[in-house]
Amino acid sequence: MYFLRRILFAIPLLLVISALAFALVHLAPGGPFDRQRIPASPEIERHLLAKYHLDEPVWKQYLEFLRDLGHGNFGVSMKYRDHSVNDLIAQGLPVSLTLGALAFGFALATGLPLGFFAAAQRGRWPDRVGSLLALLAVCVPGFVIAPVLIIVFAVKLKWLPVALWESPWHLILPTIALGLYFSGQVARLMREGMLSAMQSEFITAARAKGLGENELLFKHAFRIAVLPVVSYAGPMLADLLTGSFIIENIFQLPGLGVFLVNSSLNRDYPVVVGLSLLYAILLIGLNLIVDFAYTLLDPRVKYE
Amino acid sequence: MSKPAALSQSPAQRAWRRFRQNRPAVWSAWYLGLLLVIVLLWPVLLAVAGGAFGHAHNPDQLSDAQFAPPGAQHWFGTDVHGRDLFSRVLYGAQISLLVGLVGTLVSLVIGVAWGAVAGYVGGRVDGFLMRVVDVLYSLPTVIFVIVLISTVGELLKQTLGHSPALAAALRVILLFVGLGAVSWLTMARIVRGQVLTLRTRAFVEASRTLGAGPVWILTKHIIPNILGVVITYLALTMPAIILYESFLSYLGLGVQPPMASWGTLIAEGVGQINPIRIYWWLIVFPGGVLVLTLLALNFLGDGLRDAWDIKAR
Repeated sequence: MYFLRRILFAIPLLLVISALAFALVHLAPGGPFDRQRIPASPEIERHLLAKYHLDEPVWKQYLEFLRDLGHGNFGVSMKYRDHSVNDLIAQGLPVSLTLGALAFGFALATGLPLGFFAAAQRGRWPDRVGSLLALLAVCVPGFVIAPVLIIVFAVKLKWLPVALWESPWHLILPTIALGLYFSGQVARLMREGMLSAMQSEFITAARAKGLGENELLFKHAFRIAVLPVVSYAGPMLADLLTGSFIIENIFQLPGLGVFLVNSSLNRDYPVVVGLSLLYAILLIGLNLIVDFAYTLLDPRVKYE
Repeated sequence: MSKPAALSQSPAQRAWRRFRQNRPAVWSAWYLGLLLVIVLLWPVLLAVAGGAFGHAHNPDQLSDAQFAPPGAQHWFGTDVHGRDLFSRVLYGAQISLLVGLVGTLVSLVIGVAWGAVAGYVGGRVDGFLMRVVDVLYSLPTVIFVIVLISTVGELLKQTLGHSPALAAALRVILLFVGLGAVSWLTMARIVRGQVLTLRTRAFVEASRTLGAGPVWILTKHIIPNILGVVITYLALTMPAIILYESFLSYLGLGVQPPMASWGTLIAEGVGQINPIRIYWWLIVFPGGVLVLTLLALNFLGDGLRDAWDIKAR
């Protein structure tokens, strides 16, 4: 019931987001054909505007846009000739999603153990080193670590390819560059979660009953400690998507982020609006899944 | 002897004592102070010294010394146009630190107002305001800033065609405010939580019983008590905003040349990566200063949080 309401709530939310994006983009005076080298004759210009309905009032354009959207059509690009936004999505989304999923997996696979063992060794040197590593990961942005990784592993050592999206080997450096920040965040959350879980009463009770320290940590504390990480998953997904803009740019990956950035620079209205909306839909959907997973993991949480 | 003295200390004094014992936080404060002084004094020094020294270190001065590695003449080396990288990093710091300050102030105003209203009024207002925060949390709000900057920036350029400098300046201000406007969410949540617990505390109840109005309670009881939390989260918001600005500038969506920030400097360095010669200093120095500053701000924030003994959740 709660999740049904959430889904219903998402519809007006998406309308607001689309209207905002649409209004902002149409506020800008420069048309998408401004930067063409030879100014078109007035007649051609009129035809171009008519073709993309730019001569109609804005509210009418917006309604048309909504109608198309209802049919699963995100519009046409004005810069990438003969490409609909759907084409761009079909091209870029698999790349961006693969990169995002890999970085997500990398962050969990490294961050969870790091935070877990740091907390288990609280106050001793493994904890200090682990905490420092996690903080460092949070403070080294992707666009700093990516060129360093390229110079060391691709240019100097020649172990891995520099850029592009071809074999699995091409995925390693972008995944690390994108995932490192989140790995640090996950480790910090996990460590804090473990520390507060270890102080809770049910752990004390279990220990009093003579439960071994290992079983205590892995079976009982972990389940509670991981919850902050789960609730971080929503914001993390949002940051992963925007973070991949830069990683796609540096490694020249043909992902969605490149299209969005270029379209913002080129004022390619339909692409900007279409892609922003796609991101919003994706994230709202993924967040629903995350919240649903939360209720499965923590039966104490009941959304009314 | 020390026990009674400790008892007579105010919470702020106790926090200050705890903070001073946190070595990473104190070092970070020194580093940030030193950075600020150098950034502010370096242009003055160049102007006063003048001559060959001022000429060689002018951040906009092109020269034939292309890609000179770091040395006695150019401490951080030179870039593709032979400009002194040390000076460029310090000039970039002006933008990067300024965006941190302005953006943080904007996030402070919105976040505290939002959280305080939600926490103090409560009920349905609270529910609605916090639902908005939840939704914004999970949206890529940076995309909103990208759209805002590229559209309104264009609008400014067209309407202020006669004075590009003014348009550029307004664009930068827009960038600063926009980044602050999407970075207030955590602040709002924290402030709401604090206000919520404070307003039911006995001393607030007592004050209300004695006839104090909401304005008196907010300014006299609530705000002084959330000050520590607010300062702490300011220190933690600032690195996030500095990071966002470098991110956008890196993509070419933030500050535009001839202005520079750490993000644009790193982007220039990445653009020079080639298999033949490695100009590592173009990435290591701007990137290193950025990372150090982010680290220092995080240490400072963590130190303040421990000093005020704030529970994150």
